[in-house]
Order: sequence, then C-alpha cells, then structure tokens
Amino acid sequence: MAIFVDENTKVIYQGLTGSQGRYYGLLNRDYGTQVVGGTNPKKAGTDVDGIPVFASVAEAVAETGANASCIFIPAAGVKAAVMEAAEGGVEFIVCITEGVPAHDEAWFFNKLRRDFPNVRLLGPNCPGIISPGKCNIGITAGHIAKEAEPGAINVGIVSRSGTLTYQALYELKLQGIGVTTCVGIGGDPVPGTSFIDCLQAFEADPDTHAIMMIGEIGGSAEEEAAEFIRSSVTKPLSAYIAGQTAPAGKKMGHAGAIVSGGKGTAAAKMEALTAAGVRVGANPTEAGELMVEIVKELSA
Amino acid sequence: MDLFEYQGKQFFASFGIPVSPGGVADTVDEAVAAAEAAGYPVVVKAQVMVGGRGKAGGVKLANDADEVRLHAGNILGLDIKGHIVKRLWIEHASDIAEEYYASFTLDRSAKKHLGMLSAEGGVEIEQVAVDNPDAIAKIWIDPVDGLTDAQAREWVAAAKLNPDAVEGAVAILKQLYTAYTDGDADLAEINPLILKPSGEVHALDAKVTLDNNASYRHDWAEYEATQERDSREQAAHEADLQYVGLDGYVGIIANGAGLAMSTLDVVNQVGGSPANFLDVGGGADADKFVKALTIIDNDPLVKSIFINIFGGITRGEEVANGIITALGQIDISSPIVIRLDGTNAEEGRAILEPHLGDKLRMEPTMLDAARTVVELAKA
Repeated sequence: MAIFVDENTKVIYQGLTGSQGRYYGLLNRDYGTQVVGGTNPKKAGTDVDGIPVFASVAEAVAETGANASCIFIPAAGVKAAVMEAAEGGVEFIVCITEGVPAHDEAWFFNKLRRDFPNVRLLGPNCPGIISPGKCNIGITAGHIAKEAEPGAINVGIVSRSGTLTYQALYELKLQGIGVTTCVGIGGDPVPGTSFIDCLQAFEADPDTHAIMMIGEIGGSAEEEAAEFIRSSVTKPLSAYIAGQTAPAGKKMGHAGAIVSGGKGTAAAKMEALTAAGVRVGANPTEAGELMVEIVKELSA
Repeated sequence: MDLFEYQGKQFFASFGIPVSPGGVADTVDEAVAAAEAAGYPVVVKAQVMVGGRGKAGGVKLANDADEVRLHAGNILGLDIKGHIVKRLWIEHASDIAEEYYASFTLDRSAKKHLGMLSAEGGVEIEQVAVDNPDAIAKIWIDPVDGLTDAQAREWVAAAKLNPDAVEGAVAILKQLYTAYTDGDADLAEINPLILKPSGEVHALDAKVTLDNNASYRHDWAEYEATQERDSREQAAHEADLQYVGLDGYVGIIANGAGLAMSTLDVVNQVGGSPANFLDVGGGADADKFVKALTIIDNDPLVKSIFINIFGGITRGEEVANGIITALGQIDISSPIVIRLDGTNAEEGRAILEPHLGDKLRMEPTMLDAARTVVELAKA
C-alpha cells in the first residue's frame, strides 16, 4: 500500500502546455504515473505528446475520470488554479509552484477546508509526492527511490525540503530499504498538507513500518508533529532538522525557514522530537543511519 | 521586505489610516523644511530598521528650527546598533492621552490571521506578552471571512481600551486589516496606536513587512530601492541567487535550500564557520556557477569553498560539466571542495577527476567534504 497516491491515481496537469509542466508531466508519465490529461483553455483539443489537453479541470475530470491534479502554473494564477481543481472534482491537488503570496495560501487553505473538506492539497512550493513503483507526481527523480516490497520492512518519508528528501530516498535505496510513499510538504508558511496529516496516514498504512521525517527551522510544525507522535504514532521514527546553525532572523531560501525570537529553532524542534521518542540525527546522513538501525531492529 | 517607518506610514496612509503629517529628510536643511511644513512642535526620528531608536538618541522633540538643526545634525550619521542613520522622518508632534498596541500577522499554527490589541502599548510589547499575557486581546480571523464589524467591536471591548477610543480603534483596525491583506503584508503593526486628548485615534509608528512573493501585483519599486544589503548580498540579488551573507570563512554553494542549510550545519559540526548560505537551485547552468563562485570568491573573509550537489532530475554529469565550464571562465583564488552525489554521481565524478588537484578536491560524503574544506580554510 501507499498513502495518498498509488497505481490507481489518474492525474491531470494544470499547465501541461508550459515548459515545466510538459517536462515533468512527461517524466512522470515515463515513470508509470497515469497522466491522463492537461488543461489550458486556449489549447483545448490539442495534445502534448499524446496527452489530451482540455479547457478546464471539470472537463478533464468528466472525460478521463482523473482524481488528482498537479499544478505547474505561475504563482499569480495558483489561487484560481487550486479552486478550479477543487471545483472540478479532483480529490488530491499537488501544487509545485513556488513564490505564491502567503495571503493567497492562507485564503485557499481555509476555503478548501470549509467548502471542500475531502480535497487534499499538497504544497504549494513542494517537490510533490512519490509512491515508488506506483505513482510519481511532481519533480522528484523517480529512479532514486526504491519500491516498497511485501514482506520487507518499508519506510514512509515526510519532508519540508526538496533536495534533502532526494538524499533520504537515495540513502535508503543504497541500503536496500524500500519506501511506501515519500511526501514533500514544502517549506511555505501555510502548507496544504502538514507533517501530522502524513504521520496519521503512515500510521494507518499497514505496509509502512517506520517513518523518516525531515524538518526545517521556522514555525512550529515539527513541535506540533512531536506532540502528535507522542499521543498517536506507534511506529518508530528517525528525523533530521535542517538549519541548526542558521542565524536568527535570516531567511534561508524557503519562506518557512526563518527563526524569530528564539521560536522555531532547530534545538527546540530536535528536543521536542527526541522527547517524543524520535531518533534525531545531527545531519541527514546520521538520520539515514538511524533509520537503517530501526529497520534492522524491526527485521530481527 | 521590511519597510522603514516613513514608508510604513505612507503605506498605512494609502489605506486611509490616520498618521501624522510629516516629511523625509536626508540633510539638516531638508529637515528644517520638513518641520516648517509639518508645523511645530515636531519629532525628529531616525529611519533605521532596528528597535530601540529612542534609547539610542535617535528620536527627539524640536520646538523650532534651531532645535531641528541641532537634533537632525546629531542624529544623521548616528550609529544605532550597527545601523548608520542616513534618513530622518520629521512629523508634527502629537498630544498623547493613551498608548495602545495593534498588529496583524499570520498564525502559521492556526493557519488563520492573528490580530493582537493591547491597552498597554508604547512600551516593550514582548515584555507585556511575557509579564501580563492577559493584557493582549487576540483574535483569529478566517481569511475567507475577513474581519467583520461585530468581531472588531468585540475585540476592542476585550482589550479594554478607553471608551473614548472605541469608535476610532474599530475604524483603524478594520483599515489596518485591509492594509495587511490587500497590501500583502506579512506583518502590519502600530506601536503605539494613540488616543489623543481630542478623542482621535492615530498611528504614531508603523512597522510593516511585505511579502516579496506578492511584489508582482504591487508597485514596490520605491521600497525595493531602499533595501539595506551588504555588497555581497546586493551582487547576489542582482544575479537572482538565493544568498544570505554570514560572517565565517567557508563559502557554501548547494543545490536546494534544505541542502544548503544542512551544509551550514555540517560545516559547523566539524568546527568550521560558514561565510554564507547560497542555493543555486536546480539545473546545471555554468553561468549560475560562475556568478555564485564569483560572489563567494570576492568575499575577503572566504578561505575555502564547499560545493555540495545532490543530483535529482539534473544528472551528476550535467552538474560536473557546468562546474568545469564555470571554472574555465573565471579564476577562483580559494581552494574548492566538491561533494557530488545522487543521480549519475559516478559519471559526474569521472568528469571532475582529471581536473582535481590542490585547487579542486572531491570527497565522497558531506562530512568528509566538510572536514576537508575546514582544514583547507585553516591551513
């Protein structure tokens, strides 16, 4: 099994006709993802390498039975694109676009929660999601992930950082450890899907036996996750928090990665996670080694 | 993007929030002219993006032109916590009956907007939050609904402001919320928000942080032009690189913000000190490496450079070719240590291999590379 997406997920790409949408849409299809369509009101009726382009998400859903959407639309159009996807009838929306204004994010997060409670948004500003061997939506290089195997100990990954997610996938692959699903929740201030949403799903997934978590400085999402782990997660975890030595008050690339007034520091997050029983590594490699240890213990 | 007080007041005024009449001055003569226009008495205020201006002597009352000359002369050029005062804001001095605090910001945890209002403004509000948290009335606003009139009234009542201030405060809070949302601010804060003896409510200060992601839908050129950056940050900004200057001696280049932060962590863990954070992003464009390496090598503090690359969609050999092409175009004085892993790392390393030597080294892991780069810096 996997969480959120699997071999039955049918995806449409909003922005498939743009350069990024086309590049990653075709890569995702090559990986084996069911890429069933794209949208562009000006290019409806055409196709991108055989993938049909529709005027709207609603039309694409009606024609293809798509249940997920991936957004590669410039930041200015994201608010409308997210609402079009929800109104069009998909259940899972992955928004890769970075640079979306925070007020737009806060607005559509609350709008979805209120009017479309069954729709899950991942992102914006995220690398996407991959259930290795089944479905890859977004910009993750599929070949760096090892498929989960029945009977083996498999790991679920949830991360706020893109490149560190790839590194985690890669290190687990080198160790021969399979991954059920790897979710990049992104580093923005109002992510559609949180650590807790993913932890809850991994806890419920019988094929996921352990969870790896990669956090960043800023905000309090990791502290909240630690609280949730303490109360509701029985599966073992390893974690890494990036930005342990970042100076306070400086923005480090991700909108979310900023430390202010002693809150959201790496130390506070690492302490909270350790107290919740998570094995926390000082760097990504160490977090990977800790996960290898966990997998060995579970296999014994 | 943080605004200076005078810009924050202009920003507020554009949303109808009452602020004091005043003007900007870069010289003593301009200060006098601004004071004459605003009407005496005036307050001469240093424009720096740092708190504690008053205590540092950066805010003075002046009753006539001579006093304006005296204070403006003293404050211009003053060093306030490392910020040199280059600009003043001169405004008509207000009579103050009471001082309040008001702000809006995003509560990332609740995923709603958070409004804070206190009758105990004008002082260190963070201290009030610690000593007497009940003195701050908080309200969480759903962005879809916005701030309704009824909510604003309830909120003002909860903050126990002077009854004379209620109508004015409700009006200003609604305007401030509009400024915060329509103006795409991450933070909109008034401290102090004052009640005048005449009963009017008025913004005496302005602290505004704008969301850079929203710049495409506003005209912020004037604010952008006055941003304070060091020379390295300015060069990186012009080259469109994600760069943050630090004060160590190991230059850092990584692909991805998380990996770059992680690189700082590892360099620190092995006893080094990073000179910067720099995310070159995805892709393998030689031009980006040229710009990134040039900015770092021009930093006089840098003794060695760590290039940390993890190949994802962009393959190792593409990145290796990009780096080698870049190194062929520029002359870098500091030794470079590369760690290249991920997609097609073997092929990438094979491309780098013939170029290795004292000036360019390669290590298999992040930790090994960090140790080597710190050793080279200390050598």
